[in-house]
Amino acid sequence: MSDRPDRSSAQPLEFREATKRYPGTDTPAVDGLSLEVPAGEICVLVGPSGCGKTTAMRMVNRMIEITSGDILLGGRSVKDRKTAELRREIGYVIQHIGLFPHWTIGENIATVPKLQGWDKPRIDQRVVELLELIGLPPETRNRYPSQLSGGQRQRVGVARALAADPPVMLMDEPFGAIDPINRERLQNEFLRLQAELRKTIIFVTHDIDEAIKMGDRIAILQEGGKLAQYAPPAELLMYPASRFVEDFVGSDRALKRLALQRVRDIDLWTAAAIRTGTPVAEAREKIEEADVPYAMLVDEHGRPKGWLSDRALTGERVTEELRSPAQPLVELDDVLRDALADLLSSETRYGAVVDHKGALAGVLSLEVIQHFLHAAPAASPTGADLLSE
Amino acid sequence: MSPLPIAQLQIQEPGGGDSCVARNGFCPEWIVDNIDRYWTPLLEHVYLTVAPVLIGFAISMALAIWAHRRRWLTGPIIAVSGVFFAIPSVAAFFLLQPITGLGYTTAMVALVSYTLLIIFRNITDGLRNVPAETRDAALGQGLTERQVLFRVELPMAVPEIMAGLRIATSTTVGLAALAVFAGAGGLGSEILVDKRFKSNVVVAGGLAVLLAAAFDLMILGLQRTMTPWRRARA
Repeated sequence: MSDRPDRSSAQPLEFREATKRYPGTDTPAVDGLSLEVPAGEICVLVGPSGCGKTTAMRMVNRMIEITSGDILLGGRSVKDRKTAELRREIGYVIQHIGLFPHWTIGENIATVPKLQGWDKPRIDQRVVELLELIGLPPETRNRYPSQLSGGQRQRVGVARALAADPPVMLMDEPFGAIDPINRERLQNEFLRLQAELRKTIIFVTHDIDEAIKMGDRIAILQEGGKLAQYAPPAELLMYPASRFVEDFVGSDRALKRLALQRVRDIDLWTAAAIRTGTPVAEAREKIEEADVPYAMLVDEHGRPKGWLSDRALTGERVTEELRSPAQPLVELDDVLRDALADLLSSETRYGAVVDHKGALAGVLSLEVIQHFLHAAPAASPTGADLLSE
Repeated sequence: MSPLPIAQLQIQEPGGGDSCVARNGFCPEWIVDNIDRYWTPLLEHVYLTVAPVLIGFAISMALAIWAHRRRWLTGPIIAVSGVFFAIPSVAAFFLLQPITGLGYTTAMVALVSYTLLIIFRNITDGLRNVPAETRDAALGQGLTERQVLFRVELPMAVPEIMAGLRIATSTTVGLAALAVFAGAGGLGSEILVDKRFKSNVVVAGGLAVLLAAAFDLMILGLQRTMTPWRRARA
């Protein structure tokens, strides 16, 4: 990807008191929206229907004209640009995709490059490149949209938007018409793509879970087109700015935060890792130092075998007597929500955490998670961070 | 127009099957001997069909594009072309004669006016059936209104437009058989020459039917080559 010569860098986007008022209506559709999207980030516009999120997005490429205020793309007002020219520089993906049924997939993808007057070899090369990027075989270019599945069409829609390598993309419920299983897959695929491409993206959805997953930043809009809060997902979940935001993100916002974090991101408790044959005195000392009052029997590679029983510590040296197996076993890379589920469905209070080699790395407990939820987030991880590891 | 002398054909054409002709039956021999006389009326008929349909298509297309920009025009255009369509064709051929005289012009004006409603409505329907999201995607990617119309909307409307052309063509083949009343010839004139002689009526009428079928197949074939995307299936 990095050797692509035509790759343009992303540009920041800024809404400056952007307002849309339709004649004959009392309340504006979008009311003085001000927010900045740094270059290369996904900004999700989310809110209930009628909150003006789609209107706000469509003002960027002037599918809807701004009544007052301004939107700056790369520091330049979109109002100063010719609409057709502006739109060709902004990728556009909509829920119903809107592929042209009378054009082949290749022709569909080449829409904007053709409008920009690229020569044929360059267009051909770009089409092949994009098909590869979205994981479709090159011969797909000769097929028609009606011959593709919904998921494939959606991918083509994304490829078409990326074709001329725009610095900014607008995506209006792009996965809204896809079934839940394929939606999740497409979301993950897109986040991987974005990790490489780093476009500035305005992403519209009504689904708060999708917003939390996709957004580097989330703008929650409420009725009347007012911005209720603009923050990274973790911050939004931690500190909802109003009753409206709190209700909108849902009563399970604590769980949603856990879905954004991995086990390695939080301060785990320590447990004494003891091997069979260790002098009991030494073992007891280790247990004293650890956070957990129980010791974990480990093998020569440090892999947990089970929690030691009190009887194992009665003699000279530690014997292999276990009170319980090392269950549940949690990995450092597990998402916290899944680790919590494991913990809740097991009978023990502690979950042994292992690194990628299987060696004991710490202990997870309900208290640890609770403590994490009450502490301020150090960093603000996003759905994309989870995928990129 | 003075009535033509009856049995003129029999007198003029002495060749073959006298008894059949005398009985006014269906006479293949007579047909074979006299088929040449139908070529000129047939060519006239082709002209009386193709020209009005093409002119009607051009006018309808221009009107449809105009009405596409200004939606309020659609109603008035349909109303006016509907009035044209409602005038009985034979009446139109006579009514126009004081203005345009006897001959092709009169036939052409009347025949063109009949195609307008059919073709205009089909083009308009075709353009309207383009899904809103397709238009939205086209504009959103930076196609101009003009590019959306010519590269997206009209090509997507081809099936409806072609359907309109097929109906208009079949209708015109039929109406052109009456163009003889405007003095424009065609197969109708040959029918009128001896409308009591069965063989004559069958050949002239049959050629008109075949002509209509041939045009229909041609337009259908054209439509299929123009819309490969309609046949593509997974």
